[in-house]
Parts: sequence; C-alpha cells; structure tokens
Amino acid sequence: MVKLPIYLDNNATTRMDERVFEAMRPYFIEYYGNAASRNHAFGWKAEEAVDWGRETIARSIGADPKEIVFTSGATESDNLAIKGIAEMYASKGDHIITLTTEHKAVLDTCKALERKGHRVSYLPVTREGFVDLDMLRDAITDKTVLVTIMHANNEVGVIQDLEAIGKLCHEKGVIFHTDSTQSVGKVPFDVQRMNVDLASISAHKIYGPKGVGALYVRKKNPRVKLASQMDGGGHERGMRSGTLNVPGIVGLAKAIEICIEDMESDTKRIQSMRDKMWMDFRAELDEIYINGPDPIDKPESRLPGNLNVSFAFVEGEALMMGIKDIAVSSGSACTSASLEPSYVLKALGVGEDLAHTSIRFGIGRFNTQEECDYTVKDVVQSVRHLREMSPLYEMAKAGIDLTKIEWAAH
Amino acid sequence: MAYSEKVIEHYQHPRNVGTLDPNDPNVGTGLVGAPECGDVMRLQLRINPETGMIEDAKFKTFGCGSAIASSSLATEMIKGKSVDEAYAIKNTVIVKELNLPPVKIHCSVLAEDAIKAAIEDFKKKRASATVEAEAVA
Repeated sequence: MVKLPIYLDNNATTRMDERVFEAMRPYFIEYYGNAASRNHAFGWKAEEAVDWGRETIARSIGADPKEIVFTSGATESDNLAIKGIAEMYASKGDHIITLTTEHKAVLDTCKALERKGHRVSYLPVTREGFVDLDMLRDAITDKTVLVTIMHANNEVGVIQDLEAIGKLCHEKGVIFHTDSTQSVGKVPFDVQRMNVDLASISAHKIYGPKGVGALYVRKKNPRVKLASQMDGGGHERGMRSGTLNVPGIVGLAKAIEICIEDMESDTKRIQSMRDKMWMDFRAELDEIYINGPDPIDKPESRLPGNLNVSFAFVEGEALMMGIKDIAVSSGSACTSASLEPSYVLKALGVGEDLAHTSIRFGIGRFNTQEECDYTVKDVVQSVRHLREMSPLYEMAKAGIDLTKIEWAAH
Repeated sequence: MAYSEKVIEHYQHPRNVGTLDPNDPNVGTGLVGAPECGDVMRLQLRINPETGMIEDAKFKTFGCGSAIASSSLATEMIKGKSVDEAYAIKNTVIVKELNLPPVKIHCSVLAEDAIKAAIEDFKKKRASATVEAEAVA
C-alpha cells in the first residue's frame, strides 16, 4: 500500500537526506563554535568543518575552495552575483543580458538594477525553452558586463548548453553567471568545462537543508570581482559578511557529496520513473501536451525528474484538488499569488488557455515506482472526471474550434 | 489555501452536471468566461413556457474547484424558481453559502453572470419565436 500523501514537488524543495541530517547534527549541539573564532578549540572545530565543506563543494564543481562564497541560499547568491557585478564593473558598462524564463530571483534583481539606471536585455527562448546562441551573440555589446542564464529551468526542466554559452561569453570578454540551483548535483556541472564565472547553488533542492547556499566566484582566467551586498565582519573574503552557518554548510557539502556519488544510479532510476509516467499519461489520455523538451527524444536536455504536462480543458487547480493526496505544482494562475498564469510557459509560447491546465511533477530520490503508478492512476481518473464537466472538452470533441469563439475576458 | 467544506463537497459531488439541448426553444444557454482566464462556465436552464418556472438546470465548468462549486450551487438555487427570481440572484449569496475567500469572489460573479446570460438567451429565443409566429400569422 502506498503511503499518503505523496511528495512529487521536488523542484520546489526536497526532503532532507538522513545522511545529511546526521552529518549536520553535531554542529548544532556539540561543535557550535563560531568559525571566525581563531583562538579556541570551539572555533577551530567549526572552521575545520567549513574548510571541509568548502573543499567538498569546490571539488564537486571543478572549482578551487577559495572560489566558494557561502550564502543563505540561491536567491541571495543570484542577488550577490548580479548586483555585485553590476556595481563593480559599472565603469566598464551598464548592460546585462538574461532570459525571460529565469527564476524571479534573477529577473527581479535585474528589474531592481533597471530602476537604478542599468540596461537589461531579456532574451526570448525557443518553444522548448532554449536560448538562441546567435541572438545572444548579437545582444552582446561593448557595454555588456554580465550574461546571466540559468542552467536548468525550475518549471520545465530545460537544460541550456552552458558550455557553448560560456565559450561565447569568454570570447566576447563578458562575465557569465549561471543560476545552477536546479542542476548542481543532478546533472554534470563543471565550471571549467562550461566557462562559468559565477554559479548560484542551493542546498534544499538537493536533499540538503533550507537556508544555505553558495556562490562560485572565479578567481582566475578571468579574475572576477564583486561588490559585496552585505556589510559587516568581512567574512568570505569580504564578499559576504555574516557569521557562517556551520551546520548548514556541512549539510550543503554533504548533500552535494552524496549527489555526486549517487548521480548515475539516482538519475537512471528517477529518469525511468519520469519517462514511464509520461508514457502512461499518453497511453491513457488524449489532448495532453509536454511543456519543455520531450523527455523521451531529448533526455539530455531535461532535468531527470521533471515532467511538466498540460492536461487540456482541465484547470490546474481543480486537478490538484482532485489529486489532493499528491503534492505537485501548477502553472495555473489560481495556484499562485499573481493573476497571471506561468510566465515561463508563456515565454515558451504556450497559450494562456493551456498554461492554466499545466501540472509540474518533480520526481526525486525518495520517490518510488509505486508512488508514480498511484499518481498516474489518480491523475487520469481526475482528468476524466473533470473533462466530463468541462464545457471546453465537450465543445472540442464536438469539433468546435475554441479559438473562433468570442470569449468575454473577465 | 484551504477550501471550505462546502466547496469540497460540491467539487466531489457536483449537482446537475450535463447538457440540455440548446436548440430546444425552452432552453436558455449562458456561456461566460474565457479559457485564457482559466474559467469558463456554461449554465443551461429549461423553462416551462406556461408557468415561467425553471424546471431543470445543468452546468459544465472549466475552472478551479471554487468555480465548479459556484456553478453547481447556482444550478441548485435556480431550479424551481421563476425566471425573475433567478435573475435577481446576487453573487454575494454564493460567496456566503460557499464561504469563498476574497481571491475566489470572481467565481461567484461568473456564476451570477452565467444565470443572467442563460435567462437572456431564453428571452431572446422567445422574442424571435414570437416575431416568427407573427410573421407566419
């Protein structure tokens, strides 16, 4: 028997791995020293843990330990990277390039900079969510100081070709930041191979604790400098003041270490559950559409556990209500604070009518095949039930072209 | 956001889901909302031409649970009422009955609009039928 409720929202956050929890435990109650206390054993023990964490994380992404700056999470890392570069290189230029599908932590940071006089280009993406490299090349000017493009998208799972983007940026002498919150630990990520200058990392998306993250900041070829956004004791080589979150750092490092170790087997298992789920939906239901790259045709371009599907003619929140024992997300406006449906789906060219019917399934390390099978059964049943009461489904089945009807927008 | 018990009850056991023949001269159909907005309600009612009473009502709704519950409740409320009584129903009654939170008030507005649109459709049909009848006479 499947244990309810089922958590299938692993792109939002993840359950912490018990191995991570055990690694963190002593740093709350036993080794609680301040890593900046240089003159006693409590401080040394904490510093030792932080050093281990820094080395572990650096090694996992092909970086040097001195290139890791600890933060409170990816939102802070994005803010520090983007604002820090804009401020530091203001004399060189005022132009930033990003994508319309970025996370709000990037988009809203860019908007904040626009209010201060910076110029930002928001590049469109293809139907599958990819950046157009030619368009990116054309957008770069001699005033461009930063390109910030996420590695993997949180909603539709599309993975950008960072290697090509990084190469282009370095050819043009532009600093390249990537929000790699969703990808580090889940797919191969290497700052050297990908020519990444700054990378935002989060712990809670990879079975680590909430409230801790890191920013990779390149030290050579080129040396990247940041204006700090948090003033205080000059921690993290002056880039981020504030007493280090020692247990959090241990947790982040342990989480990444496990992810790297288990990546091959985790990916295989998670991807096979995701693919089966998609194929089962397709076998059971008509009028369903994948958002983002096709998981079967382009598995390398999509996060292994991410599945984003539009169940046409069934509103997302209503469907979520029908599958109340399963935790998922929807691009429907009704499930968010705003009145607009998902801006990411909109950027992919998904119509607002279909955006309202989208559900994101995020399969993770702790999900089982039984849970996925239960989910498919429950979703299929709910979609059928809701389509029976959907006037749109009835009209579409009767051959009425819904786009020809003059709807009264409200 | 938690749903009220009444919304859940209507969502799980919607009343009067279905379709009435839109070509029946005694049936009025109201189709309101838009797929782009995430809400479309179709409410139909059959009126007894002799008594002016609503004998049957059916709905189909594309929308969130509150939209489904609002239309389900609307069909329940108008059955057995006169056309004028049904036309006078205000969305606030639905808000109160379903205990809708502020962000879901538009669902009740849509239900009120659907009732009115269905009645107007019926009246339009009757008017053109009368004109035709007179033309024949």
